[in-house]
Amino acid sequence: MSRFNFWELAKNALSAHENWGRQWRAPEPKAEYDVVIIGAGGHGLATAYYLAKEHGVTNVAVLEKGWLGGGNTGRNTTIVRSNYLWEESEGLYDHAMDLWQDLSQELNYNIMYSARGVMMLAHTIHDIQVFKRHVYANRLAGVQNEWLTAEEAKEYCPPLNISKNMRYPVLGAALQRKAGVARHDAVAWGYARGADKYGVDIIQNCAVTGIRRGADGAVEGVETSRGLIRAKRVGVVAAGHTTTVMDMAGVRMPLESYPLQALVSEPVKPCFPCVVMSNTIHAYMSQSDKGELVIGAGTDQYISYSQTGGLQIPAHTIEAICELFPMFRRMRMLRNWGGTVDVTPDRSPIIGKTPVPGLFVNCGWGTGGFKATPGSGHVFAHTLARGEPHPINAPFTLDRFRTGRLIDEAAAAAVAH
Amino acid sequence: MLLITCPYCGVERPEIEFRYAGEAHIARPAEPSKLTDEEWAEYLYMRTNPKGLLAERWRHAHGCGRFFNAIRDTVSDRFVTIYKMGEAKPDLERLVVEAAQ
Repeated sequence: MSRFNFWELAKNALSAHENWGRQWRAPEPKAEYDVVIIGAGGHGLATAYYLAKEHGVTNVAVLEKGWLGGGNTGRNTTIVRSNYLWEESEGLYDHAMDLWQDLSQELNYNIMYSARGVMMLAHTIHDIQVFKRHVYANRLAGVQNEWLTAEEAKEYCPPLNISKNMRYPVLGAALQRKAGVARHDAVAWGYARGADKYGVDIIQNCAVTGIRRGADGAVEGVETSRGLIRAKRVGVVAAGHTTTVMDMAGVRMPLESYPLQALVSEPVKPCFPCVVMSNTIHAYMSQSDKGELVIGAGTDQYISYSQTGGLQIPAHTIEAICELFPMFRRMRMLRNWGGTVDVTPDRSPIIGKTPVPGLFVNCGWGTGGFKATPGSGHVFAHTLARGEPHPINAPFTLDRFRTGRLIDEAAAAAVAH
Repeated sequence: MLLITCPYCGVERPEIEFRYAGEAHIARPAEPSKLTDEEWAEYLYMRTNPKGLLAERWRHAHGCGRFFNAIRDTVSDRFVTIYKMGEAKPDLERLVVEAAQ
């Protein structure tokens, strides 16, 4: 496979871009692998990439029921940030933030990371207290975050309405300047291409139907719609369907799967300079490079795998957007859709071992997994290769729900649950 | 938006009148002081989260205010049956068979 550079671009331009090769293979599954990863979303593909690159484990298969990056990786609102409250989360999300910085160069694939800043609005005294606490906690941990007055917020994002007559006036904002957005599909494609280059088999249209366990209880492989695939180590990275997969191994999970919706407007010229989020009135928005406003709505209240939700949820979000940004009141919305997000009781992910030897899980990212894709894959690859967690994901065990050492990030998860 | 029939009011109403209350039939431990950590974790946090029929609680928050149970398919979001608090949980496997017929 060719490396993307100026000469390749020029060469292919001469043949009207009709001769670009495939960026990854479509191999038949082998009978046995060292590691099988269930789920070819961003996190699963990143795991495979770092397994091969950093740990030399290249006899790896990534199994995907549908198509690569077709789940929540292709459905999120592309926001990247690391302004979480607790030290454990700061370590995890800032690790991802470090990896985002030069990910395009690392993968030789333009993931369009744009550090345009993420601003979280405060509308109540409680919001001010919570966000200032986040700012101080982040700064103590060396994570970038700063407090802005309403006027400063308006200066950073001119379309913002800071009128005192709003139902929920803007009282201030927390700003993380190096946060921003990245092209979600490109992240999955870049990692897929990178992993494939090292010899990882990405097997699409291959649903896992069972997890084979030996007499000692340890994992022996997975049964799939394309036959039995043996592996001593299996990593489950199945997002909203994690419970379904873990049920096959008889492991109960502290997860509930909810619909999370998003929508985009018609494309317009560049007019919105950053990402703005508001937890209190349930709206967050940025503008894509195509010019569409990318808007995130909240979760529906009930468990569902339907990948759709009630229209009242996005309608509520749009009401908030119109109040915050009056200039968008006449914008028309083009599309809306839903994803299935796996939410843990403490809104923090689970990355590590399970009670079944050889079975590992990376799940529970809830409404905010995209931002952590590189870091999640990096530490989960370490966990799969060594059999023990990386220091960064060591606190994010499944066992914490037994010990009570929860990592409560309900306030940092931008979507109110 | 879901349309939900409250078994107490006997009327079909839009979902925004109701509040979801999670998985049903999770009984509070009779003797909490005797539970192990594993049993607490099971009671507090572990959930069935099925892709298929789920027994769940709803509350008619903007109506009679009462809790009730429902069986809903989490793939199609269709309600299979709705029943009052205190009534026995229907046999989900039988409901699946009936739905297939």
